[in-house]
Amino acid sequence: MKRLTIDFMVGIFVLIGICSLAFLSIKVATNFNIGSSNNQTYALHASFSNIGSLKVSAPVKVSGFVVGRVTDIHLNTQTYQAVVTMNINDSYKFSNDTSAQILTTGLLGEQYVALQSGADTEYLKNGDTITLTSSAMVLEDLIGKFMTSMTTK
Amino acid sequence: MNKMIYIIATIGKPFADLILYAGGMLNLLIEIIFSLPYSILRLNLILKEIYFSGVKSIVIIAVSGWFVGMVLGLQGYNTLERFGSVTMLGSVAALSLLRELGPVLTAILFASRAGSGMTAEIGLMKATEQIEAMSVMAVSPIKRIVAPKFIGGIIAVPLLAALFNTAGIIGSYFVGVTLLRLDQGSFWSQMQDSVDLHYDVINGVIKSAVFGAVVTLIAVYQGFVAKPTAEGVSNATTKTVVSSALTVLALDFILTALMF
Repeated sequence: MKRLTIDFMVGIFVLIGICSLAFLSIKVATNFNIGSSNNQTYALHASFSNIGSLKVSAPVKVSGFVVGRVTDIHLNTQTYQAVVTMNINDSYKFSNDTSAQILTTGLLGEQYVALQSGADTEYLKNGDTITLTSSAMVLEDLIGKFMTSMTTK
Repeated sequence: MNKMIYIIATIGKPFADLILYAGGMLNLLIEIIFSLPYSILRLNLILKEIYFSGVKSIVIIAVSGWFVGMVLGLQGYNTLERFGSVTMLGSVAALSLLRELGPVLTAILFASRAGSGMTAEIGLMKATEQIEAMSVMAVSPIKRIVAPKFIGGIIAVPLLAALFNTAGIIGSYFVGVTLLRLDQGSFWSQMQDSVDLHYDVINGVIKSAVFGAVVTLIAVYQGFVAKPTAEGVSNATTKTVVSSALTVLALDFILTALMF
């Protein structure tokens, strides 16, 4: 076989392979890469008395639209509340009285942080803390409340 | 007394063989690694190996991937239907292909399609004393024959696995969306939601590169230790396929435990 033919066939093979890899990384994998170098982000904190099963890299949504990701969750040892750190895309600004809530997608889906913008004209800056928070809905607590209300009736 | 010694020796033989096998393989690997800087410059040899092991495997890999994807689509659909979550089909198919099926099945197909050929080639070269002739002419058989195959395997297997995954995902799309009338948008969006570029795609590529190296190493080693007879070469080819399949499956467990 001629050298040129081999080169040509190997070239086609490598191109097919690279096209497949591109297909896998663009069409199949998540292309929402907040926090990568081209997307500027800023950090916000929020403390919750119960975060349920919220995990790092869970989405942060406004009206269901993803604006950021949870980057860190740790426990504040003074207040014994869970502090959630979120990276928000720089192009979205939120007022000082924004509230944060932990919600669940569907009945058994993954949990995410939902932000609800307020009316204040001042915007939250990098490193600010969201003070208005409400905790995750825990199914066991709800059932417990339901049971106690049943028995008191 | 003699019988006793004989029994203990029978127990010991497989272990001694195993240690010899592992040692021989490690020796070969070290020799290959030392000859890599020289062989990497001989691009035409590497290209030839990629042609024989990679380009000629495109059809079998693409067709197998397509069918595996279609089966995943059907089975996934039937199982997920019970829980009313058929929209998860895309992510089920993509995750199982990218993480496990793609790299493992590609490596096993590569072992039977290309690895057996490598063993037969080297075994026959040994039987017809071409290897000795090379050494006499001061051409190192490791640098000239083995190292290019090794590099070729490392380059070809990840590309073949990517092709396998792509064909598989298209196959499951075909069954799920075209035949079973799932919603096209939720198929892709569920997939994109659950597949992560670094965690799933890149780890799959690393896995298949490791498998490529291991399969070529086993193939080449079996070729070198084959008895220089027709029967010896045929035995060595069988051994290549069997032991690469077993090694790939065992290694897959270890890599999965480390990565995910």
